[in-house]
Amino acid sequence: MDHHLPIVYDVFGIPGLHVNLSNILMLTISAIIVFCIGFFSARNLKMKPSGMQNVFEWLIDFIKNTITSTMDWKTGERFFGLGITIFLLILISNLIGLPFMIVTAETHTVWWKSPTADPVITMTFAVMVVVLTHFYGIKMKGLKEYGKDYIRPMPFLLPLNIIEEFANTLTLGMRLFGNLYAKEILLTLLASAGGASVLGFLAAGVPMIAWQAFGMFIGVIQAFIFLMLTMVYMSHKVMDEH
Amino acid sequence: MPETITWGDTIFSLVMFLILLLLLRKFAWGPMMNMMKEREEHVASEIETAENSRKEAEKYLEEQKKEVEKARQEAQSIIETAKKTSEVQGEEIIAQSRREAERVKESALAEISREKEQAVAELREQVGSLSVMIATKIIEKELDEKQQEQLIEEYVKEAGERL
Repeated sequence: MDHHLPIVYDVFGIPGLHVNLSNILMLTISAIIVFCIGFFSARNLKMKPSGMQNVFEWLIDFIKNTITSTMDWKTGERFFGLGITIFLLILISNLIGLPFMIVTAETHTVWWKSPTADPVITMTFAVMVVVLTHFYGIKMKGLKEYGKDYIRPMPFLLPLNIIEEFANTLTLGMRLFGNLYAKEILLTLLASAGGASVLGFLAAGVPMIAWQAFGMFIGVIQAFIFLMLTMVYMSHKVMDEH
Repeated sequence: MPETITWGDTIFSLVMFLILLLLLRKFAWGPMMNMMKEREEHVASEIETAENSRKEAEKYLEEQKKEVEKARQEAQSIIETAKKTSEVQGEEIIAQSRREAERVKESALAEISREKEQAVAELREQVGSLSVMIATKIIEKELDEKQQEQLIEEYVKEAGERL
């Protein structure tokens, strides 16, 4: 039960640059899947869409709608690429851990799992998103307006506003991590129970299927929430609040 | 939970995210959004074309209706004129034939009277000559009254037969 992570310490001889090879592997696979979905959907574009093109166009409309629900499309258009990439990558990363988990027998090293079940990855995305919101906030409203936002609506709310930024970042990353980690843990437990004995297999089979279905649901919902919150934070920073 | 923070993952995921974003833009949603925009324009233009052709069709229909109405009126007027003309012509024909008949009748009457006059004149002439003949005969024979009478009667009868 005691799983290890395939961590390589001090890559390239740089002190402190540790790498979790499982994360690298799974993220790369997710990214390749996402790219393939996009690439094959758009391979032969037709005026009259069919098959995968329909699906991907629906997806584009979905992202578009999510963005326009938080800000107007003229402002939001530039975040479309960010939105669709983050949504698809997190969605595939969430779902990729569902069907199985690969653990080496001798060392119990986890290779195949959802990369989003690792707090480092989720926090990376969360921090990236929040930093981007600040960047666009300064870029589109100017440094002065951006700064003024911290003392709105009341000057004494300044500390709260600063805390809010960190809280946003932390909750954004941790929500995703928590959900996915819980899913992985329970899947692992059920899988080990099912693999232990015939009785265990019978007992764990039904909950396993149910939990996988629920895990799929969680994966989709969390990807959507991440996208939605990204856009909400973004609009919070770039739109004039009146 | 990881016992160490793997900063390498952070760098890797950021770089990979950026690459994925660029690739998706280049190969997936970039061209697809262009296509969607193109389709939107295409649909809009198609709708406009359809609208225009519908309007045109309506206009033509209106024109055709007017044309038909005009033709009908024309036909009506032609029929009416023909009716009037035929009536006038008929009347004229009748009047003409009536006049003709009158003329024929008159000429026939004139002919009859002329013939009659001629006949009477002829008769008169013959009666005259017969009288002369009778008178001559009477004078020649010097007959008695009774014989004279008988002779006159005879001659008159003869004349009547010859007439």
